[in-house]
Amino acid sequence: MAITTVPGIRSEPGRPAPSYPARSQRTSLGRKVRDNLTGHAFLIGAVVCFAVFSWYPMILGVVMSFQRTRRGETTWVGWDNYLRILDDPSFWTAWRNTFSFTLLALLLGYAVPFFVAILLNEFRHAKGYLRILVYLPVMLPPASALFLFKFYAYDPSEAGLFNAILSALHLPTSQWMQSPQMTMPAMVIASTWMNMGGAVLIYLAALQNIPGELYEAAELDGAGIWRRIVNVTIPQTRLILALLAMLQIVATMQFFVEPLILANGAGAEDSATSVAYLIYQHGFFQNDLNGAAALGVIMLVVLAGFSAVYLRLSAKQD
Amino acid sequence: MSVPQYRKAAALALVAGLGLSLTACSTRSDDAGTDAGGKVTITVDCQPVGSQKELLKNWNDDVAEFQRQNPDIVIKSVSVGEQCNNPPDFTARLAGGTVTDVFYGYMTDVQQVLDSGQAMDITEFANKDTIPTWDSIDPALKEVFTDGGKLYAVPVKNYSMGLVYNKVLFQQAGLDVNNPPKTWPEVRDAAKKISALGNGVAGYAEYSAGNTGGWHFTSLLYSQGGQVLTPDGKRADFNNAMGRQVLQNLKDMRYGDNSMGARQLLQWGDLLTNAGAGKVGMFIGAPDATQAIVSQFQGKFQDWAMGPLPGQDGPAKATLGGGEGYFFKKDLSPEQVKAGLKWIAYQKLTPGKGQFDYVRAKPQNYPVGLPQPLLFAGGSEAQKQELELRKANANVDTTNFAVFEANPVPIKGEPRNAQAVYAVLDAAMSGVLTNPNANIDALLKTAEEKVNQLLAAES
Repeated sequence: MAITTVPGIRSEPGRPAPSYPARSQRTSLGRKVRDNLTGHAFLIGAVVCFAVFSWYPMILGVVMSFQRTRRGETTWVGWDNYLRILDDPSFWTAWRNTFSFTLLALLLGYAVPFFVAILLNEFRHAKGYLRILVYLPVMLPPASALFLFKFYAYDPSEAGLFNAILSALHLPTSQWMQSPQMTMPAMVIASTWMNMGGAVLIYLAALQNIPGELYEAAELDGAGIWRRIVNVTIPQTRLILALLAMLQIVATMQFFVEPLILANGAGAEDSATSVAYLIYQHGFFQNDLNGAAALGVIMLVVLAGFSAVYLRLSAKQD
Repeated sequence: MSVPQYRKAAALALVAGLGLSLTACSTRSDDAGTDAGGKVTITVDCQPVGSQKELLKNWNDDVAEFQRQNPDIVIKSVSVGEQCNNPPDFTARLAGGTVTDVFYGYMTDVQQVLDSGQAMDITEFANKDTIPTWDSIDPALKEVFTDGGKLYAVPVKNYSMGLVYNKVLFQQAGLDVNNPPKTWPEVRDAAKKISALGNGVAGYAEYSAGNTGGWHFTSLLYSQGGQVLTPDGKRADFNNAMGRQVLQNLKDMRYGDNSMGARQLLQWGDLLTNAGAGKVGMFIGAPDATQAIVSQFQGKFQDWAMGPLPGQDGPAKATLGGGEGYFFKKDLSPEQVKAGLKWIAYQKLTPGKGQFDYVRAKPQNYPVGLPQPLLFAGGSEAQKQELELRKANANVDTTNFAVFEANPVPIKGEPRNAQAVYAVLDAAMSGVLTNPNANIDALLKTAEEKVNQLLAAES
């Protein structure tokens, strides 16, 4: 333990200065608080906001998942809500749909922005305009963007944009959101279009941090564009790639607005029901806030599992 | 003030402001009740929104007149949106305990309201003293809002479903506008002729999303004489010949005749938007669907007429009914409950006043003459007065609803746990409307298993 001399106490000649370890620590802490009063005051605001609007509702959600309210009386029911939710006929359908969406979004929504960023990075001219073009959809409110897809692109008649293009190419048209097989790909396409602008900008920033000498050396070694991407670009951006993969999984598993707007909820034969939409159904349409809370906790645990895997992997990488 | 001092002051002000706002959040705005001057104050929701200018003015005029007649009562109006009961908002208000003293709800909300513990028993207060027309109100409607012998709400609206059809399209298709289809095979024939007009017109349109598909499946099943659940409410009862017939009728129209349009997965607003645009020949709905088509979806009253719900081989065996009422928040004082009942009586249950002020509604182009709300019992004094006023002030062609009124179909209520059951049945409806190879038996079997599973988990 460090022993410090208390400032302001004069030592007498021939005698060592008195030392007050405990007090000195207190003083040090007090000084730290005083010195950073402004910072702490601002911190209190953030902490209170998080506590009231984020942590407290989360704790309340967990508590509610073990309770049942009937006739205004709230009672503890143990795991009943969880067992009931597991018995919900749509439970496994919703998880299957959610994992399908997440997987497809990883394949499409994760890879496409990366390659668009590489492409944009290669352009010599009109870079700014192209970036704005790519980022524009992000500025559209998600509901507006999805209504555009619903009424303009995914119209199942020949009048729909995508069907008109397919017709012009003499390809078979699709029922899009009205086909259980096409529901997921259609939602992923719309979601990728809406959200990829942000990811593209982040990838671009990462790409521009890669030293040019690495590419020059690779070229001198005879590496083509694909080898340069595999051996230079991907290793150099792996941290950003891993981070965005994690964020993407966590975000896409909570997809809600896509089924709500594109499929009017559950979609054709339940093909669009997501876990988040099922939570909404239980909470707001089925008089079952406790069941909704239980499903929310299950989802939290699954997402926490993914986050833990990510943290472990990234710690190993570092 | 130096910069560091300024920063400190700003930080302290921020913390103080946050603290105050949190305190404000936790403060109960419990100013309702009786004030020192002996005035009783109640808050009431479902005030029309600002964009509904005439309706809002009517409401405010009613409040002013009521307060003039009852100087000891103060009505505080609250608007909760154009749709007074949007289920997610309503659930949030119930769960948060922020409903008004007197609050609007659907007949299907009774269980949810009771479970939330927000409603009070008003049995001892609801009588002729507080509501002069109380004895004229259909007892079956009071029963809907009664649980365990206790009354929890006052009914203010009631409807039943029939076949709504577009007269203009009927004429263009060479159909008799005064003789709507009375059976489902006749509906199919008419739909085929109407859709042959082309231009994206659907001969018959139907819901299949957002729980509205299950809602209409229920009505279609009732028309066949079926029921969604067994009488004890414990098991599904639609996987039978009647359930199959409902889905087969739809599949035949959708894929056999291609008379239901390409766009499916419709819910309430989607179908009425198409109807308002003149793209729907027929659909099933309540009389006020025509009001929504006109007021919200730019349609015209004169284009629409209504017949009874069709049956399979003859008249429908039954039709789905529904309605709404006003609940009273728990812990109100007896004076507040009486004041609330007086207000409901004035605005919702008195011929010639409020919703029955047909003299006022007529020039405003709000429909007068629709065969609803079916609030008063047949032959009661209030019903006679209401019908006379309706007839004298009708601004819609009542002959458009004459067939519907002349052929009443027995009304059945919604099943237990309606919304959860409807969510399951949506999949069966969307199945036959989006998949040309849909296996009706498999769809019904899956839905039956799901509903049974759901009911078992609930019990």
